[in-house]
Amino acid sequence: MGDYLLEMRHITKEFPGVRALDDVHLAIRPGTVHSLMGENGAGKSTLMKCLFGIYVKDSGTILLDGREVDFRSPRQALDSGVAMVHQELNQVHTRSVMENIWLGRFPKTKLGSVDHREMYRRTKEIFDDLAIGVDPKAVIRTLSVSQRQMVEIAKAVSFNSRILVFDEPTSSLAETEVEQLFGIIRMLRERGCGIVYISHKMNEILRISDEVTVMRDGKWVATTPAGELTMEILIRQMVGREITNVYPEKTNVPGEVVLEVEGLTATYLNLRDVSFTARRGEILGFAGLVGAGRTELMETLFGVATKKSGTVSKGGRIVNNRNSTVAMRNGFALITEERRQTGIFGVLDVMENTTVANIRAYVKNRLYLSDRDMRKDTDWAVETLKVKTPSQKTKLRSLSGGNQQKVIVGRWLLTKPDVLLLDEPTRGIDVGAKYEIYQLMIDLAKSGKAVLMVSSEMPELLGVCDRIIVMSNGRIAGEVDARRTSQEEILTLAAKYV
Amino acid sequence: MYVLLKPFKKLFARLMEKKRAFDALDARDKKRYWGDFLLNNAIYIVLVILVIYVEIVTLTNAKFATTFLSFESIIDIMKKAASASFLALGVGGIIVLTGTDLSAGRIMGLSMLVSASLLQKPFAEYTSKMFPDMAAPPIVLVILLVMAVSCVIGIFNGFFVAKFSLHPFIVTLATQLMLYGLILIYMSMGNNGGAPIAGLTEEYKQVVKGTLTIFNVAIPYYVFYAIVAIAVMWFIWNKTTFGKCMYAVGANPEAANVSGVNVMKTIVFVFALAGILYGFSGFIEAARVGSNNASAGLNAELDAIAACVIGGVSFTGGTGKISGIITGVILLQIITVALQWLNVSTNLQYIIKGAIILMAVAIDMRKYLAKK
Repeated sequence: MGDYLLEMRHITKEFPGVRALDDVHLAIRPGTVHSLMGENGAGKSTLMKCLFGIYVKDSGTILLDGREVDFRSPRQALDSGVAMVHQELNQVHTRSVMENIWLGRFPKTKLGSVDHREMYRRTKEIFDDLAIGVDPKAVIRTLSVSQRQMVEIAKAVSFNSRILVFDEPTSSLAETEVEQLFGIIRMLRERGCGIVYISHKMNEILRISDEVTVMRDGKWVATTPAGELTMEILIRQMVGREITNVYPEKTNVPGEVVLEVEGLTATYLNLRDVSFTARRGEILGFAGLVGAGRTELMETLFGVATKKSGTVSKGGRIVNNRNSTVAMRNGFALITEERRQTGIFGVLDVMENTTVANIRAYVKNRLYLSDRDMRKDTDWAVETLKVKTPSQKTKLRSLSGGNQQKVIVGRWLLTKPDVLLLDEPTRGIDVGAKYEIYQLMIDLAKSGKAVLMVSSEMPELLGVCDRIIVMSNGRIAGEVDARRTSQEEILTLAAKYV
Repeated sequence: MYVLLKPFKKLFARLMEKKRAFDALDARDKKRYWGDFLLNNAIYIVLVILVIYVEIVTLTNAKFATTFLSFESIIDIMKKAASASFLALGVGGIIVLTGTDLSAGRIMGLSMLVSASLLQKPFAEYTSKMFPDMAAPPIVLVILLVMAVSCVIGIFNGFFVAKFSLHPFIVTLATQLMLYGLILIYMSMGNNGGAPIAGLTEEYKQVVKGTLTIFNVAIPYYVFYAIVAIAVMWFIWNKTTFGKCMYAVGANPEAANVSGVNVMKTIVFVFALAGILYGFSGFIEAARVGSNNASAGLNAELDAIAACVIGGVSFTGGTGKISGIITGVILLQIITVALQWLNVSTNLQYIIKGAIILMAVAIDMRKYLAKK
C-alpha cells in the first residue's frame, strides 16, 4: 500500500434526501496526475470537500502516506501538505499578491510586526521557481483571471504541498495560458507531487493525465490509465451510455446579411475598429485569447459598455444601443460570460428569473402584471429548453449550472431577439447539457436568427460555428471558415497583435 | 362555498405533502428536522411563551382590570402596530435593495412638524401659533405637501445612492444630519422660537384619531389608513413591473442591468416611495402625539428596520414580503406591550428588544448559509 501518496477508501456522504457519495475510491500515486471526471452533480466537488474537511464524511477512511488522517478544516489539510486550487478564486481583491499568499501566516520580524521584505523574498522565490511573471507587490484586483489563478497555484505550492487539487483550473484560461498551467503541473509532477485534476475538458484530461477516475451519480465508475483511454470511452463511462456525437448535426443554412458592424470602438475597454457582418441563420464564432476583446465586443454591441465610435446596423437600419433596454428593443439579446455575477438571480425563483427581461410584456391595463401570462411563458421556456426544476417557484440557486444556463437562455428567447450574443454559453456545464445548448443554437439559427458565440474552447467553435472571427488584443485578426480551418491557424491569428 | 374552501384545500394539500416528506426521513433526519424547526421558529416560540406567561400573570393578579389577551388590549396593540407600519413599509423596500435608511425617522419628523405647524388652531384660540396670520389650509393639501416634501428627500437619497454608487448607510447618515439642521431652523421660524408645536385643529385630530365603531370597539381612522397602505404596497411589490425590478436589483444588480432593468431608476423609485410613506406617517404621528418638538421621529427608523429584519426581509437582498414586514411590526409591538404589562423597567426593555433583533437576524442568516 505504500506506493500511494493519498488514498480515499469507501467514502460515503449523505445529505438530507440525497446520497452524494456512495462508497467512492480514489488513490493517487506520487509523481502522477490523476484526473477526476464526471458530469455536474457526479460528486467530484463533494469528494474533495470531504478530503479538506469542509464536509464531514459519513464513513470511509482517508490515508495520507499510509497513515489515517481526518482533516477538520482546509487549514489542517494545508498544514499536512494537501492543497487545493479552487475553481472560484477566493482572494482578497484589494490587497497585494504576496499578502494573499501568506495571509494568516505572515513572516514576522523579531519585533512581531509583519516582515514585508522576507515576504517579498519568499514570494519571488516561488514565482521564479514556477516561472510566474507576476509582481508580488501588485494588487490582486489589477491582475487578469489567469494571473490570479497562477497566484493561487503559487499559494498552494508555498505550503510545500505534496498533494495538489486543481478544480476546473482552465475554465477561464485561453489556450496559451493553459500551456503555461500544464508546464507548472508537469514541473510539480516531476518533483513527486500527486496531482488531482478536475475538469470537464476531455482533450486536456487525455493530454495531461496519467490516470483517470470517472464518477457518476456519486459512485465510483472506473479508474483507467490515461494511455488506454479515448474520448469515446470517457464519455461512455461518464454518461453510462453511448454518445456518438459531441456536436449535433448542423442543419442551419446562412441567409442574407442581418447585422453589419463598422469600425466599432469602445471608450473604456480595449476594443478598436471592429468590423464584421453576420447572416441570418448563421452561427458566427469569436475566438481569441483572454483579453482579446471578445467579451468587450459583446458588451459594446449590447450597450452595456460605452461605445466611442463606429456604427451597428441591423437589417439595413442603423441601431444605436445606448443601454441594455434599447438593445433589447432593437432585437438583441446577451447571455453573459459570468453566469453567477451577471446572469442569475439566485434568491429569486425560476419564474422571476425567466420573465425579468421581458417583464414589460406582462403588464395588464397599464398597471399590474398578469401572473397567468408569466406562468405560461415560464412553462414554455421550461418545456422547450428541458429545464429540470421541481417547480416554477424553485429558487434558481438550487438548480445545477446547466439548468441555470437554460433558464437564462429562456429569459432571452422570450424577448424574441433577432441577434443572439452568447458569451461562453457552455462554460462549466456538463456534456449532456452542452449538447442540448448546441442543438438549441442550431435550431435558433435555423429559425432565422443570427447567433454570435464567444468561446475559449476551440473544438466547440469548430464543431458548432459556420464562420469564426479571430480577435487579438482588441482587434480583429482574421476570419476563417469553420469547416476548413484548423486549431493551429486560429491560434496563429489569435497571437497576431499580442 | 367552494371558493371559500379553496384556500383551505390548498393549505391541506401542502400540509399533507410536508407530512409525506417528513415520513420519508429516517430517525436521525427526523431529529434534525425538529431541531431546525425549533430554531427557525424560535421567535414565534418565544413570543407564544411570553404571551401565555403574561396572560397567566394578568389572569391571576387582581390588580389588572383586564387580561392581556382581552379585546381592548389586542386593539391597543393593533393601533400601535398601525402607526409603526408606514415607516417599516418604506424601509422594507430599501432593505430589499441591500440598503438601509437612517434618515427615515428624521424625514417623518420634518413631516410631523410641517403638518402640525400648518394645522394649528387660529391665533384667537391658541396664542402660541407658529404662523399667527395664516389660516389653516385644507387638510388634503397639507397631506399632499408633506408627502411631496418627503418624496423629494427620498429622491435626493436615492439619487446619491444610484448615481454615485454610495452605500445608503452613508448617504442617509448624511441626510439625517442635514434634516436635523432643517428641523431646528424650521422650529425657530414664525413666532415659534423652538417651542413644541401643539394646539392642532379639531378637524385635523378628527381625520387621524376619529374613530369608527365596529362591534362596540372604537377603531381610529389611522388604522384603516395603515390597512390601505399595506394593500397598496403589497400590490406594488408583487403585481407591478417596478416591484419585480426591485427584487431583481436587490438580488443581483449586475444581472438586472444586463437584463434591461433600469437599475438607477428602480433605486430612485424605491427611495421616493419610501419618502412618501414617511411623509404620510409624519402627518399621522403629529396628530397622534399632539405636541411636536425637535426630537420628533428620532430613532424611529431603528424600530422600522428591526421590524423588517424580524419579519424576514433579509439584508442579503432580493428577499422579503409585505406580510413579513407586518408580522415583524406586530411582533415588536406585542413584545413591547407585554413587557409594559409585566412592568419591566424601560432600561431592561431596551436590552430585551436588542436581544430579540439579534436573534432574528442570526436565524435569518442561518437560512442563507450552506449546510455542511
